[in-house]
Amino acid sequence: MTRGRIRARLRLSHLYTFACTRPEATEEGPHSIEGPGYSRIVHCNQPLMHKKKPFKYRSNYISTTKYNFFTFLPKALYEQFHRVANLYFLAAAIVSVTPLSPFSAVSMIAPLVFVVGLSMAKEALEDWRRFMQDIKVNSRKVKFHKEEGVFDYKSWKKLQVGDVVKVEKDQFFPADLLLLSSSYEDGICYVETMNLDGETNLKVKRALEVTLPLDEDASFKNFTGKIKCEDPNPSLYTFIGNFEYDHEIYALDPSQILLRDSKLRNTAFVYGVVIFTGHDSKVMQNATKSPSKRSRIERKMDYIIYVLFSLLLVISLVSSIGFAVKTKFDMPDWWYLQPQNTDDYYDPRKPVLSGVTHLITALMLYGYLIPISLYVSIEVVKVLQATFINQDIQMYDEETGNPAQARTSNLNEELGQVDTILSDKTGTLTCNQMDFLKCSIAGTAYGMSSSEVELAAAQQMASDLEDQDVERSTDFRQKGKQQEIELETVVISEDEMVHKSPIKGFSFEDSRVMEGNWLNEPNADVIMLFFRILAICHTAVPELNEETGSYTYESESPDEAAFLVAAREFGFEFCKRTQSSVFVRERYSASGQTIEREFKLLNMLEFTSKRKRMTVIVRDEDGQILVLCKGADSIIFDRLSKNGRLYEEDTTRHLNEYGEAGLRTLALAYKRLGESEYSAWNNEFQEAKTTIGPDRDLMLENIAEMMERDLILVGATAVEDKLQKGVPQCIDKLAQAGLKIWVLTGDKVETAINIGYACSLLRQGMKQICITEISSDAKEVVKENILLQMTNASQMIKLEREPHAAFALIIDGKTLAYALEDDVKQQFLVLAVQCASVICCRVSPKQKALVTRLVKEGTGKTTLAIGDGANDVGMIKEADIGVGISGVEGMQAVMASDFSIAQFRFLERLLVVHGHWCYKRIAQMVCYFFYKNIAFGLTLFYFEAFAGFSGQSIYDDWYMLLFNVLLTSLPVISLGVFEQDVSSEVCLQFPAVYQQGPKNLFFDWYKILGWMGNGLYSSLIIFFLNIIIFYDQAFREEGQTASMPALGTTMFTCIIWALNCQIAFTMSHFTWIQHLFIWGSIATWYLFLFVYGRLSPSISGNAYQILVEALAPAPIYWLATLLVTIACNLPYLAHISYQRCFHPLDHHIIQEIKYYKKDVEDQRMWTRERSRARERTMIGFSARVDAKIRQLKGKLQSKQPSSEIHSPARSS
Amino acid sequence: MDTNGATTSSAAGGGSTSKSSSKKHSRKPVISTFTIIGIIFIPLGLVSLSASEKVVEIVDRYDESCVPSDYSNDKLKFIQNPSINKSCVRTLTVPKLMKSPVFIYYQLDNYYQNHRRYVKSRSDKQLRSVSDEKSTKDCSPEDKTVDGPIVPCGLVAWSLFNDTYVFSVNSKTIEVNKHDIAWKSDKEHKFGSNVYPKNFQSGGLIGGAKLNSSVPLSKQEDLMVWMRTAALPTFRKLYGKIEQDLQANEKIQVVIQNNYNTYSFSGKKKLVLSTTSWIGGKNDFLGIAYIIVGGLCLFLAVCFILLYVIKPRPLGDPSYLSWNRSPAGHPN
Repeated sequence: MTRGRIRARLRLSHLYTFACTRPEATEEGPHSIEGPGYSRIVHCNQPLMHKKKPFKYRSNYISTTKYNFFTFLPKALYEQFHRVANLYFLAAAIVSVTPLSPFSAVSMIAPLVFVVGLSMAKEALEDWRRFMQDIKVNSRKVKFHKEEGVFDYKSWKKLQVGDVVKVEKDQFFPADLLLLSSSYEDGICYVETMNLDGETNLKVKRALEVTLPLDEDASFKNFTGKIKCEDPNPSLYTFIGNFEYDHEIYALDPSQILLRDSKLRNTAFVYGVVIFTGHDSKVMQNATKSPSKRSRIERKMDYIIYVLFSLLLVISLVSSIGFAVKTKFDMPDWWYLQPQNTDDYYDPRKPVLSGVTHLITALMLYGYLIPISLYVSIEVVKVLQATFINQDIQMYDEETGNPAQARTSNLNEELGQVDTILSDKTGTLTCNQMDFLKCSIAGTAYGMSSSEVELAAAQQMASDLEDQDVERSTDFRQKGKQQEIELETVVISEDEMVHKSPIKGFSFEDSRVMEGNWLNEPNADVIMLFFRILAICHTAVPELNEETGSYTYESESPDEAAFLVAAREFGFEFCKRTQSSVFVRERYSASGQTIEREFKLLNMLEFTSKRKRMTVIVRDEDGQILVLCKGADSIIFDRLSKNGRLYEEDTTRHLNEYGEAGLRTLALAYKRLGESEYSAWNNEFQEAKTTIGPDRDLMLENIAEMMERDLILVGATAVEDKLQKGVPQCIDKLAQAGLKIWVLTGDKVETAINIGYACSLLRQGMKQICITEISSDAKEVVKENILLQMTNASQMIKLEREPHAAFALIIDGKTLAYALEDDVKQQFLVLAVQCASVICCRVSPKQKALVTRLVKEGTGKTTLAIGDGANDVGMIKEADIGVGISGVEGMQAVMASDFSIAQFRFLERLLVVHGHWCYKRIAQMVCYFFYKNIAFGLTLFYFEAFAGFSGQSIYDDWYMLLFNVLLTSLPVISLGVFEQDVSSEVCLQFPAVYQQGPKNLFFDWYKILGWMGNGLYSSLIIFFLNIIIFYDQAFREEGQTASMPALGTTMFTCIIWALNCQIAFTMSHFTWIQHLFIWGSIATWYLFLFVYGRLSPSISGNAYQILVEALAPAPIYWLATLLVTIACNLPYLAHISYQRCFHPLDHHIIQEIKYYKKDVEDQRMWTRERSRARERTMIGFSARVDAKIRQLKGKLQSKQPSSEIHSPARSS
Repeated sequence: MDTNGATTSSAAGGGSTSKSSSKKHSRKPVISTFTIIGIIFIPLGLVSLSASEKVVEIVDRYDESCVPSDYSNDKLKFIQNPSINKSCVRTLTVPKLMKSPVFIYYQLDNYYQNHRRYVKSRSDKQLRSVSDEKSTKDCSPEDKTVDGPIVPCGLVAWSLFNDTYVFSVNSKTIEVNKHDIAWKSDKEHKFGSNVYPKNFQSGGLIGGAKLNSSVPLSKQEDLMVWMRTAALPTFRKLYGKIEQDLQANEKIQVVIQNNYNTYSFSGKKKLVLSTTSWIGGKNDFLGIAYIIVGGLCLFLAVCFILLYVIKPRPLGDPSYLSWNRSPAGHPN
């Protein structure tokens, strides 16, 4: 608290020149607030007024659950019976209690209850977790004004509109508040809006001048006021309202509003009045409803179910028409049925009625075509797959202890079909930690450490060249050439892995400037100046860490903090800031002692994204006036004086290198100023400052411009925006897997571009298409201009001839707002899809969601959104798959996500390994399911043709019940859980294999219909072979002929064998579990038959002793089984053999390579294939390396015109 | 494409690697699989076929010819008139030596023993024990008479086949053994030894055969055979056994009591005499099917060998990986 008090004396607002100057309330006057949309009235400090209408607003209780106690049952049931198949089975279950049913009621109802119950239990569990999270949030405590100036705690949910609350440092705001005053005298406070827009930059909010005196608990005793403002709306960056206080009306703007879910930082406390509570608050208004997501395969499955339904309906109709015809014309002759004594069902006199009732029977009888156990099996499989994901040790983050987590299991297979990844930046790609890495001072580059991008690129390039080297080793002429390339390109990669500097924000290593050695460098004075600029030109505030005695810095942007840390390490420790001065402790001065120097702060020209530069004007201890400036290189270079360009050439080169290495760069410059020159300028500046009117900002800008010219270049800095571990590698791999990556960030354009470079989404030589809006009042004009820009860009892409050309699209939030309008968005999408990378900057959470929706709906491909903050929630919910980063920030993103991982890099494994596997597993599993149910279900139908369409089943009820539950379910579940075409290492080594998912090679209609055809074939073979074999002859030496149970059991045996062998052929990965399940299922069938036959005939009925007595001793039973099993699988075997031999897919080849251990034997081939197994990428550092190699080759070719044509390596 | 080069490279690919791994797989597993199936299936088929060939079978359709010519236009009237003598004499010639036992079957055609109404119309409970005599719930309309429940109830029992055959060779009657034609489990467990027919065929409608009410159900083997309902509308059921050899070219006289009505639904009736082998009765199809499937496998094996020779693909050749194939050049 004391620390806060010390700083509270600072009136920071005085330091700012124009960007932050307070717009005087009197300047603009209150807003005219009336009409619809502006009806909210808040009585400050009088929450009781809001107890009754019309001021009764929503409470501060929030709920993000899908169901509540009462709505769960109806709603969840509704969800469940949304599935057509479930609805069908419900109807079947209802009918099954009537005599129409061909089976017993239990055998229809039990599976349904099981299936639906299991799914509902899962839903309930998931919702319960959300509920617990809500409770946690709702019961957070906040200090509120109770009465008579006394503050007390109450939980968030009890907070009411009009309450005065006191929020302390590092607390979240419980609702949308009007800032009244803060611990700072001038009523400013710092707010972190990480959860709203993902920016970690602190934002300054400021109270109205009139409420500043209300800075103590006691002062609220008699405080009243009235706020009239807009109604709840989702716009985070606007607020319109008036504040009536002391009979005066003041205008309110967004800078007085503290939004729920943002955090108070660097400020001891603030007082505020609650304006919007609970679901009225802006952040909650921004929340998009979480849709229940279903995977592509599952949606397609519905269509297949429809197909099967149609099939079911057709064969049922055929059956019932057949039945009606038979009943009408033939049955009167069938005296043994006593047709004259029948009930309605079999009455030959009412064929229509019997036909219609038979339809119901038939629909149930052939219900085996619709795999009821499909859903429950898939559910089980997915839960097991999800546990694999959760248990994957390689996606476990040791630092945070967070494993990967599949929060909903219905999207596992969708992970294998992702086409576009939409990623947040801060916290997802980057740690939001800046590291000072390199600098260029006076034309000399300092800093030995390499950026992550450089390291990765160097490694990649080294291995690539090595490979080429080996490949061409026969050609000795190449040798010299090779070395040349290596010399030129391979960056030192031996000693960079030594030890990283433990100082946060500082990874600089260069003995030439460390430890005061810079004093011995040739340009020591310039170096000193450089360090001074770092230490002085900023807006940060130092904080003394009392334990270590060193300073840490609170700054608005993490870059500045990195600069200050760097300056400190170089011996220029910024230690104190007062109203008018900056104090720097210089360790290495000429005298060799630590000196504390004071720099008088004369003016500060702030950094804005438009200006892209910042300048301070200081007077040093000698009275010398210095203008110190830092800014974007292009901006600074434009403002250099003639004699200030001494180092320009070298610095530019260094800047390019830094940019290439993915670093954020700033150029530093200075100039000395004469006293008179300064005072002339200052007069003008002060005058402009006090001007009232719309031109004020422009004037100030022009005057600042006058000062920031004729500068002298000192050098440049390179800061690494610390990427999360493994991000460039991951992006590279994902790009190789053919995924498109879009970055949607709330950050500034420059920052985003820098990160784009850092993680190789952008590279030198890529053509950047920046779509920006022109400043114009007319919306139409702006829009037209944007359209024009897009058309031009599309044209440019179309006309591009160079095959390796890559484009990057960069667009900011405001422009995006236009681009997302209905009539423009299609064009925007077309353009964006053509670009290798897309970066959207300054986008609001809502826009993120909109972009996601646009991609999802516009391209029709699977999108994955990944983010970590509350600002990503919308996009996470909107995308086909939402992935939350469970790490530092709050849990909102994770709560909304479908999968959560601890770091971005785990995305690679999640998609390329688990996604690929799950996709194939589910696809094969579903196909097999349809196959098996068709193969089985149709035999029932064929039999009807031989049984007068009477609805008699040839199988025992128990066989049918067990068919789906026990005899064929476990193998297919093991297929769904354990199948892997290639091992996880191979998946990672051959990212191109992933494309099988997005290309949907395993679940297209061709495949599905193929499997269905296979089912049809199998059913025909099974039925007719058996029928013919057992037609009328004795089947045993003892002369007995086959009765219906005997034939049914034989047929069923054949089915069990054929289906289980089929799945064994389908699998490519066997462990003992698969063997156990497949052969166990067959064994179970015999075991069941044996045990069932041993039971008393009152239970087993016709199946009594059937195996032991009748079938097993008959050789023909076994012969038929063998024949049918082989005959059923023959076409499939022939097909896969043919495919494998002559049109092998990638995984087939890899399996073979692995099988013959070729990878061990011929490692060169293996590594070569690994490096080739990728989609053609435009992004990622592989692409960057490729580009570099192309560039070098081009150079070499021009040097050595005799060099032969590049031959593709080893075309057989 | 160079054939030699490819074959050697495939041999190198398989042969030189771990020899212990599996010799079988070192060549083309596909070809070997098909060959093995073919090699197993064709002999099996031949064996089955020869077994089937050994079976001697005499089939005689008698429904038409056993109707006197006066009734040939109204067979129904003939069969439904109890006062007409239904006996009919047929002569069968034994084509080949028929070794004992010779099985006697009756074969019905177009008879839906598998009709749902028919199949359900029985009470296994009642057949099993006398205490469940009254459980005739599924037996309607043959469930009870005014005197109480029918035993055995239901349409199946009611429609019991009632033609009889008496065989003689050279005027010497051949003994027909009607024991052990039913399954042992039926005799011992499913048809009670203390359950006697009751009120059977005493209703207004007479279906088929009558049962001797003094013989317990467990001894009524004809009923047991009949009540194992057939799967298909054409079926044979065991009638009895002749336990003596029938010499080739012997003439067998059969006196048929042609009682059973198949005329109303124009179903055929056949008398079958047949020997059996280990595959049961005459069943050429099984053997042929085996030979066809086996032949098909061999054919496929040959096809694959040919294709393999014409267009070889060494296993695990990375040049077949999708990224190594030129986008346009689909392998053909």
